[in-house]
Amino acid sequence: MNKARRNPVNIAAAHGILILYTVIALFPVFVILINSFKTRRAIFREPLALPDADSFSTVGYETVFNQGDFFGYFQNSMIVTVASLFFILLFGAMAAFALSEYRFKGNTLMGLYLALGIMIPIRIGTVAILELMVDTGLVNTLWALILVYTAQGLPLAVFILSEFMRQVSDDLKNAGRIDGLSEYTIFFRLVLPLVRPAMATVAVFNMIPIWNDLWFPLILAPAEATKTLTLGSQVFIGQFVTDWNAVLSALGMAILPVMVLYVIFSRQLIRGITSGAVK
Amino acid sequence: MTALSLKNVNKSFGSVHVLKDIDLEVEDGEFVVFVGPSGCGKSTLLRVIAGLEDATSGTVEIAGEEVNTVPPAKRGIAMVFQSYALYPHLTVRGNMALGLKQEGRTKQVIEDRVAEAARMLSLGEYLDRRPSELSGGQRQRVAIGRAVVRQPKLFLFDEPLSNLDAALRMNTRVEIARLHRTLAASMIYVTHDQIEAMTLADKIVVLRDGRVEQVGSPMELYNNPANRFVAGFIGSPAMNFLPAEIVGGKKGQMIGIRPEYLRITDQGRLQATVTHVENLGGDTNVLATTEDGHPVTLRLFGQHSIQPDKIIGLDYDDAKSYLFGEDGERVVVA
Repeated sequence: MNKARRNPVNIAAAHGILILYTVIALFPVFVILINSFKTRRAIFREPLALPDADSFSTVGYETVFNQGDFFGYFQNSMIVTVASLFFILLFGAMAAFALSEYRFKGNTLMGLYLALGIMIPIRIGTVAILELMVDTGLVNTLWALILVYTAQGLPLAVFILSEFMRQVSDDLKNAGRIDGLSEYTIFFRLVLPLVRPAMATVAVFNMIPIWNDLWFPLILAPAEATKTLTLGSQVFIGQFVTDWNAVLSALGMAILPVMVLYVIFSRQLIRGITSGAVK
Repeated sequence: MTALSLKNVNKSFGSVHVLKDIDLEVEDGEFVVFVGPSGCGKSTLLRVIAGLEDATSGTVEIAGEEVNTVPPAKRGIAMVFQSYALYPHLTVRGNMALGLKQEGRTKQVIEDRVAEAARMLSLGEYLDRRPSELSGGQRQRVAIGRAVVRQPKLFLFDEPLSNLDAALRMNTRVEIARLHRTLAASMIYVTHDQIEAMTLADKIVVLRDGRVEQVGSPMELYNNPANRFVAGFIGSPAMNFLPAEIVGGKKGQMIGIRPEYLRITDQGRLQATVTHVENLGGDTNVLATTEDGHPVTLRLFGQHSIQPDKIIGLDYDDAKSYLFGEDGERVVVA
């Protein structure tokens, strides 16, 4: 922005609003983190105080590590999230490419059908899904979760990606065809790199609900070996007594991997490599 | 030998009939330009020749072989696109080499051909850069180089100069003409710019609404347009059209006079009021309106100072004028 258009009042106001929003958004995370390092009594007496010499305690983290297979849960969550994202992006991008690139009968209808899933929550079909998983013997496997999350994420992925794929230059794809590239090479080598920002958007949109989901892990894979982190943390929440130290510690640690994944994807959002390819 | 022959080619998108019964022959080593207004089907025709679109009916033959069912890469063609369409993730060298690699050429052949093309297009120092680090003109040269290395039987250019600025356009135009001379290759060039068409072509194909209006050498089209459309499209400024009856002709017919063949005299068949004067240094374009409200353009050589609103008399030689019937077809005066 040049100097003439810079107005200190506007800048201050804009930053004020952004800072306020950041504080509001981060406040719950902050409260979780500070309280996870406090004794139980301190959590209830002064929930907003920072841990000091008296109230500091790592008892929550000790409980989490001693009780249950925390790293196992963690690993399950990671596998399910990463695998689901991989399949959502792969199949979503492929379907989007076909819809945007090829003229065939029923193209529009197919696009609408695939987008319909955005409007229908997948949880409505929980009973049917459970029956299906029981019949196919997939209950209590991570595959059950991966398949369900892939199905849940695909509609939005196809919808967003096909819009972006339409913007990829036709000339570029045709140049590839004239140079003898196969349709798969054109898709993977020419088109996918150009829609990377859109892929990152789709990944971020899908990642957080999958990571945080409690519903499907509870129903489809509640066994000890396949518990996800969110489900695993529930052992500390009882009907009568809740081990708040442990719950807060588990939640605090659950935030980290999502943050790492988010940083990876959000870098892609910013980077554009299309410049220079086509005018 | 014929480099390309189209027989009865038709193309429809759904119910829209884009190309209608196109018949065309391109001789070996010929430079053919497709020209026409936007949406006349010239790019579609090029894409049908390239194999990027299938013809709805008719046959496409390249170098004597029918290629209707041959994929683009195996047709022995190379194409240069308006938007350059370079691969963003590859260097200039990689861009030029990719097609050859796909054909399974040896490393040595690829290296030699890329070096040769780079020399021809003076791209030597840019071989290791990526497209994003090149200027528009350099990118278009890379795109041309990518076509040259394949040594195709037929070059296809799809409005290759439209994205370049005026000075660069002229340079690249000269470069393409030079390339055509050195390679002696058959080339098809699509443009809507009639100056490109006139300066580059051995043969111009004028298209309108998916039909071939006229085929001929640039001077043939200029001197002998078959109909009013071609007459108006070729030549700049465009030909003047006036109802023939105001100069004593038949009602309904139109008379066409090129701006350069109108002259100012006191005793002219036409009277007109000057509305605007464009001084170009070498030429002067005078825009005027005749008594009964028809706009005419005159092109005078050299510099003239003519004031707007001046009333001038205009005349022309009958031998340098054209007569068009009500249907737009040329009426040849015996």
